[in-house]
Amino acid sequence: MQFNSFTEVLAMGGYGAYVWSSVAIVFAVLLMLIVHSCTAKNRTLRLLRIEQERADKISQAKVANAQALFDKK
Amino acid sequence: MWKWLHPYAKAETAYNLCYRLLPYFSWLAAITLIAGSIWGLLYAPADYQQGDSFRIIYFHVPTAIWSMGAYTSMAICGMVGIVWQIKNAELAVYAIAPVGAAFTFLALVTGAVWGKPMWGAWWVWDARLTSELILLFLYLGVIALYNSFEDKRTAARAASILAIVGVVNVPIIHYSVEWWNTLHQGASITKFDKPSISPDMLWPLLLNIAGFLFILAAITCLRLANQILINDARRPWVKALVEQSSTEATSLVKGK
Repeated sequence: MQFNSFTEVLAMGGYGAYVWSSVAIVFAVLLMLIVHSCTAKNRTLRLLRIEQERADKISQAKVANAQALFDKK
Repeated sequence: MWKWLHPYAKAETAYNLCYRLLPYFSWLAAITLIAGSIWGLLYAPADYQQGDSFRIIYFHVPTAIWSMGAYTSMAICGMVGIVWQIKNAELAVYAIAPVGAAFTFLALVTGAVWGKPMWGAWWVWDARLTSELILLFLYLGVIALYNSFEDKRTAARAASILAIVGVVNVPIIHYSVEWWNTLHQGASITKFDKPSISPDMLWPLLLNIAGFLFILAAITCLRLANQILINDARRPWVKALVEQSSTEATSLVKGK
């Protein structure tokens, strides 16, 4: 290891703020990208499920409507 | 000879392939990135001129390389989509774009954070930096263009054309340090020459370059699978998936 103590690791020869802030932003952005991509499938499935339920309801209502009209006659 | 490729034009096969490849890419990315980052940050020797600030290279160079690599592959996908009308290729354009944009952003930010202590400025309007900034705008343009059409076929075609036209920027970025006088240093690794950096510093860099490639591949798999799902929403195989997810959701509720 190039460093003798943890404080030296943090200091990075005086460039600690620059080195560690860039490390932090790289992993923060990567993490955001990973989380957003991993949850994408569930979001899509939920959206499609809602759409499907809505379509089912509409078709059920249509059938009920037709039935009501038929009964009246 | 190329017949084995044909089944992958089918959406469901491509979707399954994405999820089959995903674990390999994810594990390779995790291993190489963790090893490369720790090696580079703690064990590589300090630079004789730049001291420890040079360690930013382990994030700056991989993101910069793959910001261009992702753009090129996005443009190739766009080309394939337009020429051979392969829908999965069009979807891949939109799947790669956010990853490429994130990498470009990271290359610019880490470059600025490195530039401040070394050059004394966060930003200079230099050829390398400006052309990389244009790359970010091209990525954002592709994403915005794709989202601005209701009809996704038209959207994909427009975004693909922008991606193809924008590829002219990639060699400009690459050669900018040779064509113009610039503050940015020249290449540390070239394909044909011996690298101008010591092996102790080079190995962790190569590890991280591999790591960012694998994470690019992994995230692209995830996003492409999702795009295929959205695009095929009316197809029976997607409906079956939706059905399955809704029974899982209700069984979860009932389980409580």
